[in-house]
Amino acid sequence: MPVWTLYGIRRGIATTSWPGKDGPTQPGVLGLPRYHADRCRDNCRGCVDVCLPGALSFESCEAEERLALDYGKCIGCQLCTEACPNDALTKSNDWAFGVRNRDDLIWTEALQSPPAEEVTRKIQKYFGRSLHVRHVDAGSCNGCESELQALNNPYYNLHRLGIFFTPSPRFADLLLVTGPVTYAMQGPLRETYNAMPEPRWVMAMGTCAVSGGASGGGYSCGHGVEEFLPVDIYVPGCPPNPAAMIHALLLLLNRASQHVQGGQVAH
Amino acid sequence: MKGAIERVLRPEEIPQACFDLMKAGARLQMAYAWFPAPGQSVEVAYLAATASHEPFLFLRCSLPADSPHLQSLAPQVPLLGWYEREIQELCGVTFDGHPEPRPLVLHEGAHPTMPPLDPRYQPDEMMPFTSGPWDRPPVEGDDVQTLPFGPVRADVLESAQIFFYYIGEAILHCHPRLFFKHRGMEKRFEGTLPSLGVVLAERISGVDSIAHSLAYCQAIEAACACEIPERARYLRTVLAELERLYNHLHYFGHLCHTTTLKVGEAQGKLLAEQSKQINGMLTGSRFLRGILKPGGLRRDLDLSTLPEKLKRLQPEITTYLKSLEETNSHLDRLITTGHLPLQMAYDQGATGPVKRASGIQRDLRCDHPYAAYDRLTMNIPVRTEGDAHARVQIRMEEIHESLSLIARAVKDVPEGPVSSEISNVSGGEGLGWCEGARGSTYYCVHLDNAGRLARVKIKSPSFSNWRVFPLTVHDTNMMDYAINEASFGLTMAGCDR
Ligand code: SF4
Ligand code: SF4
Repeated sequence: MPVWTLYGIRRGIATTSWPGKDGPTQPGVLGLPRYHADRCRDNCRGCVDVCLPGALSFESCEAEERLALDYGKCIGCQLCTEACPNDALTKSNDWAFGVRNRDDLIWTEALQSPPAEEVTRKIQKYFGRSLHVRHVDAGSCNGCESELQALNNPYYNLHRLGIFFTPSPRFADLLLVTGPVTYAMQGPLRETYNAMPEPRWVMAMGTCAVSGGASGGGYSCGHGVEEFLPVDIYVPGCPPNPAAMIHALLLLLNRASQHVQGGQVAH
Repeated sequence: MKGAIERVLRPEEIPQACFDLMKAGARLQMAYAWFPAPGQSVEVAYLAATASHEPFLFLRCSLPADSPHLQSLAPQVPLLGWYEREIQELCGVTFDGHPEPRPLVLHEGAHPTMPPLDPRYQPDEMMPFTSGPWDRPPVEGDDVQTLPFGPVRADVLESAQIFFYYIGEAILHCHPRLFFKHRGMEKRFEGTLPSLGVVLAERISGVDSIAHSLAYCQAIEAACACEIPERARYLRTVLAELERLYNHLHYFGHLCHTTTLKVGEAQGKLLAEQSKQINGMLTGSRFLRGILKPGGLRRDLDLSTLPEKLKRLQPEITTYLKSLEETNSHLDRLITTGHLPLQMAYDQGATGPVKRASGIQRDLRCDHPYAAYDRLTMNIPVRTEGDAHARVQIRMEEIHESLSLIARAVKDVPEGPVSSEISNVSGGEGLGWCEGARGSTYYCVHLDNAGRLARVKIKSPSFSNWRVFPLTVHDTNMMDYAINEASFGLTMAGCDR
């Protein structure tokens, strides 16, 4: 019979040091597309017509039509990058899309002033460096769960960062929601939130939870968590990469900084 | 319906036709309804699989739009029970004499103004809902205790509710309430272009993205009589097996979690992670999304480093699986747990590794080959024990088989284009199928005259196996429940859609 302790020791350490010294840990994985406004010409609509969740649209701006992009609705299908004849939308590895303010996911030409930090400073006071998370699946495709489960594998090993999933909402600081919120999950979602002690925070994980994504709307789904609960952090991505999930959790704890502002990624 | 032999029947002929098919050895696979002429008629269709390498059979009958009725076949064909209830709730067809007339897909308290899959039901109209009491069978007796578990469950799990009636440790009866996650995805396809529908198909069950998008693409290709290039066939095979690989590896990690074998859990989940990373490097997506399209692939894949990466993973996998099979404490929890007898598996519609662990040696890859499976020989493992351990062993063998299939497909893949043009989309109908990691996945697509999707029916393996699983829980004990559930390898998203 195998001695599993020895097996484990022989296998050695498998954990990434990220967010320590290495960069993001997913070579080759595509993130959300990058928008180069200066290359968009002729309003050809090629990208808008292939964008199923409606992340891309034309809006009128000072008597001219202009392309608008909302990363909060983007599911990273990459169809727009293939449809654009001018490379105005290109594939990218941009992944850390966690933001505190929903508007920061909407592409804007000129950046506003950086968002106020006061609200979030408070959290450090309460939690120091540790966090307990209660997850609720409000109608996901299971893609987001699969990546959340990956956070506890030896590679990402979320515990090392002092972040734990907890079975009871009574012990939870953060409600982490996936899925667009189906009619049948509205009640259980609200009950879970109400069972959490204050102060409590809410994170919308995945494009479905941010805006409905590919499944929002229709006879059975809402358009994201925001319709039901106040959201503190939005993390689009379909699903967000596990590294993006960790980044968002650290962002909540003020242990990482926000990379996206006005729909533009800081490089 | 392209991809199957079609018979148009009168409603009263349906029962006899189904019984005759079953007598001849066919097995019904699913039933669904759609609205070819909204407001005038509704059509109900049944899909049956005959012998290996024989075409599927597709029975269809048209019913008048006002108060459509059909005789329920569930008493004789139990696996149709859920399909009939789904049709009843989503398409408004009443099945007379149904043995379980309770709500299934739409929970008590949901009141759509008309059947939601009727095209006249507005695509963005949320149905009114007032949470109502759950109609479940009464179980009474001295000392019987009840325990509702879910829908928000421990850890990071998908939402579902299981209601236990138990005495001490012994479970008398368990009654699941599913479809908390019903998103109405079939409705979402309505009016969409076939080229965009694939994006939805990839998101029906996130960890089965290839199984769903492949079955969907094949259905569109059947509808449009499109032949895909040889290279695309091989690449699709590689992708489908990569999906099986990471799913099965994760399965073992999760199973060890339920048997509290900590290092086994860590190692299984690490192998699944490595497998997902290989997916990411090959396609840009850890879930193999954004790569298939009707007609072939969206872009070519560079397979040059894939064999090397898998070769490095293989010895680790072999040692891991062998160690699990030598760990008595782990095996003790699996052997004889959650027994599913062959007849029950057959009648109730079990599919995939679950069915093969109960003695039914069927696999769509062999019996109705698609992609490049008819160019590659393969071994379909089967067991007769029908317990959790048998379900585990089937997956172990399938992992080895997948690795071997990928290696051979990569060796044989010809050069050439990876996609063909899709044309003649208007008015077509097609059937597509795929044996995913969890079992048989079917898509039936109907296109309208403008070339847009009019109806897409999805049959996912978890819908079939969630019907079967609770039957193996009655008369077992609480301690084994989680292990038994893990041994089935179910997803909620695929079942609920
Ligand atoms: S990648 Fe995002 S923006 Fe582009 S088409 Fe897909 S969903 Fe729309
Ligand atoms: S965001 Fe994408 S991966 Fe996450 S649940 Fe929604 S469809 Fe699935």
